[in-house]
Amino acid sequence: MKGSGLNNFRFKAGVVISALMVLLSVIGMIGTPYDPNAMDASAKFAGVSAAHLMGCDNFGRDIFSRILSGCGTTLVVAFFTVLIGVLGGTLIGAVTGYYGGTVDELLMRLNDTVLAFPSILLALVMISLFGSGKIKLIAALGIVFMPSFARIVRAEFIKCRNMDYVSSAKLMGVPDHRIMFVHILPNATRVMLSSVAIGFNNAVLAEAGMSFLGIGVQPPDASLGRMLSEAQAFLFVKPSYALFTGLMIVLMILGFSLMNEGLERADA
Amino acid sequence: MRKKLLLFLSVIVSASLTIALGGCQGDKAANSSKIVVGIAQDLEDSLDPHEAVAAGTKEVLFNLYEGLLKPDPEGNLIPAVAESYEVNEDGTLYTFHLRKDIKFHSGEPVTAEDVKYSLEKSAGMGENESQIPAFSLIKSVDIIDDATVTITLSESNLELPSYLAAVNAAIIPKNNENPAGDPIGTGPYRYVSRSPQENIVMKRFDEYWGEPAAIEDVTFKVEANADSIVMDLLGGSIDMFPRLTTTQVDQLNDNFTVYEGTMNLVQALYLNNAVKPFDDMRVRQALCYGTDIEGLLSLAFDGKGTPIGSSMFPAFGKYYLDELNDTYSYDPEKAKELLAEAGYPDGFDFTIVVPSNYQPHIDTAQVLAEQYKQIGVNADIQLVEWNTWLSDVYTGRQFDATVIGVDASHMTARALLERFVSDADNNFINFSDPAYDETFQKAVSTADDAESTGYYQELERILSEDAANVYLQDMAEFVALNKKFEGYTFYPMYIQDIARIKLAE
Repeated sequence: MKGSGLNNFRFKAGVVISALMVLLSVIGMIGTPYDPNAMDASAKFAGVSAAHLMGCDNFGRDIFSRILSGCGTTLVVAFFTVLIGVLGGTLIGAVTGYYGGTVDELLMRLNDTVLAFPSILLALVMISLFGSGKIKLIAALGIVFMPSFARIVRAEFIKCRNMDYVSSAKLMGVPDHRIMFVHILPNATRVMLSSVAIGFNNAVLAEAGMSFLGIGVQPPDASLGRMLSEAQAFLFVKPSYALFTGLMIVLMILGFSLMNEGLERADA
Repeated sequence: MRKKLLLFLSVIVSASLTIALGGCQGDKAANSSKIVVGIAQDLEDSLDPHEAVAAGTKEVLFNLYEGLLKPDPEGNLIPAVAESYEVNEDGTLYTFHLRKDIKFHSGEPVTAEDVKYSLEKSAGMGENESQIPAFSLIKSVDIIDDATVTITLSESNLELPSYLAAVNAAIIPKNNENPAGDPIGTGPYRYVSRSPQENIVMKRFDEYWGEPAAIEDVTFKVEANADSIVMDLLGGSIDMFPRLTTTQVDQLNDNFTVYEGTMNLVQALYLNNAVKPFDDMRVRQALCYGTDIEGLLSLAFDGKGTPIGSSMFPAFGKYYLDELNDTYSYDPEKAKELLAEAGYPDGFDFTIVVPSNYQPHIDTAQVLAEQYKQIGVNADIQLVEWNTWLSDVYTGRQFDATVIGVDASHMTARALLERFVSDADNNFINFSDPAYDETFQKAVSTADDAESTGYYQELERILSEDAANVYLQDMAEFVALNKKFEGYTFYPMYIQDIARIKLAE
């Protein structure tokens, strides 16, 4: 069938864009043309030039260097947020889906409670309780992201737990944890993959949102959300700052969205 | 065809009507003279002058109320409800002679009874608490005759007149039972209405004792969203806005006059003198030497702002000491030496807490953090909400360092310097120096003005030499006024005097 498999255009384009973004971030972690936080009074609001590829901000900081470093920060926050979400969510989903009963009832109602709150609001509450900063932001977002993964894994486990291969594994005396994570879990990977892609995008946006509100990454560190928030004050004086930063967020999300869509088409 | 003609006619008629009405509106506006002033926050505390707390409320109420005296733009005290006053030799008995032809907005004359009632209410002798701590010195307010009132103090105080000029000491009529809901005073404007979260409207008081205001109608419009201020100015829904940032000023067009003044506050990196490593004076001095104020101003403030070297700003005239700016000049090498001496040859880490709603302070913290890298000190910045800042930093004193501006609520040196006495309630930096406490006692108990000024200057010197804080600047203030108007006047305090604004020629 045409367009099936991972050979479709969307998937390839997604991979290319995402790889580019990851590459930029890695470059940003290794070294940037300028120190992303170094200020230079003579370069305030400098325009686009060979020396400053994207110009300079209000402190004369090189925007290109800040974007490289900001992409890295955002990517790291999003990666660990999703990692915590997936690990925690898988554990909860596996236990509740496999055992059912009271544990299931209890954990799932708790899960529903967390889901009932808008995720940003919940993260806000956690930040105001535990304080702001990169690590705390990752922790807060990670917890907020757990329930949605838990649901997906649980559904998969409920589907599988009464299947013949599980029953025979049980009869053969395979321990529960082995059945859960070695026998059943691999069946959930396909569904997980696409929700990870969506989750990753949400995490990028959540970081941007939280930092935009001033409670995520703290100045002077750069992250895409933090930079967008700074750029807002100069929207009329220096629109390119906001445009370049916004473009990066768009590209980052576009890459993963395309990959996800490609995956779904491959399934179809 | 007929239909078309009708349509055509109606268009013409409505167009000419609009033009006529538009023209009419324009004329009316010009004759009745109306100004809309944007303010940053609503007047939620109280319109009762003796209960108003927020500086943002008092600067608006200044137009409605007057005390026995009032401040002028140069920072002097001028007579208001009182025409003149005398003070006895030891500074404990003040005699005020009231103005004869002065009336309240209600039309009733101001009597000695009203003055006694107001001062007692303001001093907390009635049901309310006093907003002016120094008024605890007032022993009694007595009526001598219809036009003379005396104030007796329990101990000598030369600054009483400054406190009497504050909005918190305004004279209001005794028979007004609801001063918060129906404010009546003697100021150049009288109260018309207030819509919470929206505006407060005032009208010129035509029977004002002094020179009447030029503009007839004033509306103070609450601009809760900082991002919309520039839009509203450009769009014409407000004519004036005090305290703009340089970035906001840059976005205005030719229709506005931008007045540049100073904010009259002490912006500093306030250090918690009780926590390590700031309990060591050498570390604090090292930070002072490591701070390039000129660099800070040019990076974050377009070069605008007045560097200061202690807890005092130039508007305070005789108390201000210019030479304290030079106590520490930018010298990273010296800073490193001092750090090594104090036992931090490799520098140290600390956190600067900054309220997230004040962009200038956030910018300042970022520049400072960058400058301190040069002396090996690593400063992390933590943004917190304003309420969190108030509870954790200001009240709770749980912080290493913070960037903030401290203003004076009265035109006295005491208002700025009393907070650094060891056991002062608002000594949020935990500054403690026995010599300071001793000098402060001398300053407030001296009846001689020149002598007490000398002591206050000594206090500033101690703060500067002990490096109580890293003193930065008195920030520049920008006021935008539509070119339809002119005559904006700065005060050395938090005041918006609309009565001095007039229509442009």
